Order: sequence, then C-alpha cells, then structure tokens
Amino acid sequence: MVNIKYAKDSFTLGENRSVLDCLTEHGVPIPFSCRSGVCQTCLMRATGGSPPEAAQQGLKDTLKLQNYFLACVCHPTEDLEVALPDDAQAAIPATVKKLELLNEEIMRVMLECHAPIQYKAGQFINLFRNRSLGRSYSLASVPHEDDHLHIHVRRLPNGRVSGWIHEELRPDQTVEVRGPAGDCFYVPGNPEQGLILIGTGSGLAPLYGIIRDALRQGHNGAIRLFHGSRDQRGLYLVGELRELMKQYANFDYVPCLSGSDVPHGFAAGRAHEVALKEVPNLKDWRLFLCGHPEMVKQAKKKAFLAGAAMKDIYADAFNVSQSG
Amino acid sequence: MTEKSLAAWWEQQHQSLYQNLGGEAAVNAAVDIFYRKVLSDDRISHFFEDVDMDKQAAKQKAFLTMAFGGPQNYTGVDMRRGHAHLVQRGLNDTHFDAVMENLAGTLRELGVAEELINQVAAIAESTRNDVLSR
Repeated sequence: MVNIKYAKDSFTLGENRSVLDCLTEHGVPIPFSCRSGVCQTCLMRATGGSPPEAAQQGLKDTLKLQNYFLACVCHPTEDLEVALPDDAQAAIPATVKKLELLNEEIMRVMLECHAPIQYKAGQFINLFRNRSLGRSYSLASVPHEDDHLHIHVRRLPNGRVSGWIHEELRPDQTVEVRGPAGDCFYVPGNPEQGLILIGTGSGLAPLYGIIRDALRQGHNGAIRLFHGSRDQRGLYLVGELRELMKQYANFDYVPCLSGSDVPHGFAAGRAHEVALKEVPNLKDWRLFLCGHPEMVKQAKKKAFLAGAAMKDIYADAFNVSQSG
Repeated sequence: MTEKSLAAWWEQQHQSLYQNLGGEAAVNAAVDIFYRKVLSDDRISHFFEDVDMDKQAAKQKAFLTMAFGGPQNYTGVDMRRGHAHLVQRGLNDTHFDAVMENLAGTLRELGVAEELINQVAAIAESTRNDVLSR
C-alpha cells in the first residue's frame, strides 16, 4: 500500500491512480490541464521519497535534481511526501558574518546558517527583515568552496529590505532566511559545451557562483561572461574576474557599458546585444540570463531565435517588489 | 462517450501515426523548430508576446503531441477555454492557417513524408472550430 502525504494529510493511493488523481479525489486543489505528462501544469515536488523517473520525463535537469515531478503521470511504488512548488519552506536563522560594499550601491552580505543548507550556486534565498517582510537574493557562493552564503544586495530607492541591509544590518546580527529555491544553476555533465552568461547589475551574483561552480566541477568548454551596466561605477568584482581569466584559459570576461563613455578594455552596448554580436549562432550553447526583467525577457527570446534550445536556457529575472 | 473511453478510442485510432513519426523523440525534435517558426512569424508572433517562454514551449509540446496522434486528454472544451482570450484579441482563420503552415514547414524540415504530414494536418485541422470558439 502506497501513501501520499500532502501537508498534514496522508492518502492511500488507489490502484492505477496517479498522484494527481489521488489528491484531486480528496479535494486538494492541484492545478492541471493535459493529464498526459506534457503541459507541466501539475508540477509538484517530492519533499520526502523519490519520484519515479517516468514522472520526470521532459522536465529541465535542474528541476529533476530537485525532485520535481508531474503529478498526472506519477505512479509511485513507495510512499511519497509531496508539495506544490511554492509551498513555504522552514525558516532558518543565520548570523551575519561580514558586510562589504562591492561598489556604490551593491553590498556583499556573508551569512552563516545555524543549520546546514543544501543549495546550488545560482539559486536564491529569501532574507527576512521581520516575519512578513522578506526579499529574494541570489547566491554567489559555491557550496564546499565558500564557508558562508554570499548574496549581493543592490540598494533600491526606498527599498524596505535593501535599505535596511545597507543602513542598519551589522555583523553578528541574526536574520531569518528561507530557501533555497530557483532552477538557474549549473548541471554537471556535457563539460565541453560552451556556456554564455549574461547579467546586468547585481545579476552578476548568481553568475559569479555558477561560473566558479562550473570551473570547480571541471567544465572545460568555453565560459563567456558578459556583465553589463550603464557606466563603470555599476560594474564590480572586476579585479576578481580578471584574475579568474588568468587562472582559467577557457574563461572569458567581457564588461559591457551601455552609456556613452566607453574606455579601452570595455565593450560598448547592452550586455545581451554584445554577446549576440560576438556569438551570433547559439546552437548548442548553454545560456544563463540574470538581472533586469526586461533584459532577461528580450535576451531569452533572442537567444532562442539565434538557435539555443529551450532546455539550454536558464533564466532568473530580478523582479522588483512594487511595495519598495 | 465518457472521457476515459474517448481517450482510449483516440489512442487506438492514432497509435500507428504516432509510432510512424517516431513518438516522443519526434515531438522533442519538432518542438523548438516549430516554436521558433511561430515566434518569428510576423502574422502571429504578437499573440505570443508577454507569455512565459517555458510554459509556452510546454504548451506547444502538448499541441504537437496531440497533432502527432500521441497520448493526450484534451477536449474541445479545453481548446475553447485555452484560446478564448486570444479570440477576443482577434484570433481568426488567417492566424490558424499560419500555424498550420508552420506545422507543415516544421515536419518538412525534419524530412517527414508528405503522407504523414497530411495526417498530422488533418488532426490539427479538426481543432479549428474549438480554437476559434465557433
């Protein structure tokens, strides 16, 4: 007898029933559409037990690794604890170890979690100022390489969390974090595939993590980073990235400036436009796009039309909360 | 017919077409080519602005699976509900024709025999009235 656990309930899975059948028959509102394992509307995540391989067919590798599955074609033979993708995770306290300005508006925050947290470089956590006020920040740190969690917080005008982090947060203070979440990270395998990473502003945070994670895991194909800002003051970690270029022959860093003043050593134009000009045919490349939502949206479409496969495009749009 | 027996009937009728085309592997090979064509087609690309590309690609895959005679549970009601907001924005026969053209173009690019292309086109064509809310 197989049991499906959802929230506080446990249901017995009937013969020839899918996880979706089981939950909907018990009145759990799970969204669904095609009921054939294709449209991905009924995407769920196993929080206990492993979903059968057949229930993960067609999902992105990053989702498979996190035990996501399609409920409508999921026929488990062992007990499974399941949740909807956005069901809240437990909060973990974390101590601020270090605060460091990387440029005029971006602060690197290093956090030490009180309980171990399994994450991939490039995923994000939610950091809370208080119970009801939190924001998402991408992880620039690499597990097993960096001791703490690293996030890059850009100060937003009237930002209720970013302003607090820049003005009031101090080392040794304890905050609450939830997560990790997100599917924009490096998946091992295919180590000779070319990677193109495009970011604007603090969109460099996940990319800086992903690049070092890929290098650490022995990625030997080309890794090309295009980081964009309007002027030089918006760029950061320039020295570290140039150092990384010296260390790894397959890594290349192109700082892009979209403003009018473009000194020697910088590319003129928006980061995604510079990248597409340098690599016009993106067939067989893997792409990572992070930062300004409009840039991510445009770059995703252009990259796809330039030949990149949908499954090879990983994106994280930094949406700014409307409430400041 | 009940929903279950309708699905079973569908599978019996179309199993050979789906197998001849190459099953799920054929759908996977076609989906990016088809979606790229649709997005680059000025006649219809505006219907695809402002939608999440990953979700959209999954829907294109569901559509191709159906048109290839593969396993699916879509009903006419699903088709109507899924396209009603586009009909309000002016979706009509010319747009449906453009999609049909891109579908055939995709299959030709993959070297599929004309006879099979005609069968796929016939299945896709059968959704026209539901898609256009008629």
